[in-house]
Amino acid sequence: MGILKPDDVDIHLLIEGLYYRYGYDFRNYAKASLKRRIHSFLKAEHLSSVPELQAQMLRDRACADRLLLGLTVNTTAMFRDPSFYIAFRQQVVPLLRTYPFFRIWHAGCSTGQEVYSMAILLQEAGLYHRCRIYATDANDRVLQTARQGIYPYKQMQEYTQLYLKAGGQRTFSEYYTAHYNNAILRPFLRERIVFGEHNLVTDGSFNEFNVIICRNVLIYFDQMLQNQVHELFYNSLCKFGILGLGKQETIRFTKYETAYDDLAKAEKLYRRRS
Amino acid sequence: MTYELIAIGTSLGGLSALKTLLRSLPTAFPAALAIVQHRHKESDQGLSSFLQKFTVLPVHEVEDKERIQPGHVYFAPADYHLLVEYGYFSLSVDEPVSYARPSIDVLLESASDIYDERVIGVLLTGANHDGVQGLRSLKARGGMTIVQAPDTAESPILPEAAIAAVNVDWVLPLSDIAPRLIHLCGAAGV
Ligand SMILES: C[S@@+](CC[C@H](N)C(=O)[O-])C[C@H]1O[C@@H](n2cnc3c(N)ncnc32)[C@H](O)[C@@H]1O
Repeated sequence: MGILKPDDVDIHLLIEGLYYRYGYDFRNYAKASLKRRIHSFLKAEHLSSVPELQAQMLRDRACADRLLLGLTVNTTAMFRDPSFYIAFRQQVVPLLRTYPFFRIWHAGCSTGQEVYSMAILLQEAGLYHRCRIYATDANDRVLQTARQGIYPYKQMQEYTQLYLKAGGQRTFSEYYTAHYNNAILRPFLRERIVFGEHNLVTDGSFNEFNVIICRNVLIYFDQMLQNQVHELFYNSLCKFGILGLGKQETIRFTKYETAYDDLAKAEKLYRRRS
Repeated sequence: MTYELIAIGTSLGGLSALKTLLRSLPTAFPAALAIVQHRHKESDQGLSSFLQKFTVLPVHEVEDKERIQPGHVYFAPADYHLLVEYGYFSLSVDEPVSYARPSIDVLLESASDIYDERVIGVLLTGANHDGVQGLRSLKARGGMTIVQAPDTAESPILPEAAIAAVNVDWVLPLSDIAPRLIHLCGAAGV
């Protein structure tokens, strides 16, 4: 390891402390955004330096838990990047039709919007009853929201737009009921989904999948950790299984570049070779 | 001083300003350029492929963990922050900063965090204040700062705010910015 700047050593020690004291492993997360979030956390907690935070966090579990929340980013939306769903309909759905039953894994599903979007897509393709969707995240709070499938009503307008751009074939409002300020997704959408806690850094493979979707999660990992998680994905996919990444993520800069063929290049849909 | 990265931020009016700036940079320009241009969150690669027509330097819409190479132009993709790490870029979907994602502040701050005084921060025409905070930290870390002269900017709000908040090294008309960058980076020929 080279010589680090003093500020970077402080960050490094904080992250190591979080791991050794509580087992939360951010050691191979991408440093630049991690650092930004640590600094906004300092401001929110009215602390003046990273070492001060470290001292407090090591002794105060509540502070460590707040830090954990401050470090995770849960940004998501239904039908985020509509063109991804169009490509999925065109390129992946025909392949799935050939299976009597298939499994999909959404890794890093956050509050669930991405998973329900997939459920809707499969429902409209007439395939939903043939699948089982495993939706996992490392953060149990977001999973609680995901399980409930209840979202602020004011987001429905944006989601409706995205649903239409994603090639939705029905009326989006058929998929939820309005209740005060909330939209409650229709329970049938949840029928084939299993939500569970799974940490991509520390937990291993738990099934064999036909499709793995992991969008906007790996951007938070450094290259070493990305390679490690790609190994997990590769080993969890069946032969010719499908891998879907985020719009600006790529298999290109990883060790698994040659293990996949492009299925829809611009949409980051890949197919495992053999 | 060898500058490794030029970090550029702009919003309203940025497209035509960037056209002017990029078309004046020569092949084998010795530093990398990273650009945040505010735009709609669902806009596609149109911006970078459009600007490619005006420059000899290869233009990329950054993909996560893309290596930073001198003489290449890197755009922050729509709806992602662009951050600099040692030798490569990272992306994030963290909450908007100064109401923007991508945010100029985020690019400038992370660029100077990695490169210290070996970075040049440039703010062009823009209609809000995203970038001012970033230029301030960049200057504080010893980086070089350049702001487009407000009277040559389609929208002077960002340049004016930057000049008011930061002791900027160079306030230049748009047409003088590329020559200044060439000079600062010691590029051969124009
Ligand atoms: C930006 S969200 C992406 C949500 C969704 N996939 C999308 O693209 O809309 C990133 C998610 O990754 C999860 N995450 C971060 N580190 C993780 C890890 N080590 N294991 C599993 N999930 C993780 C976070 O909790 C967060 O919910």
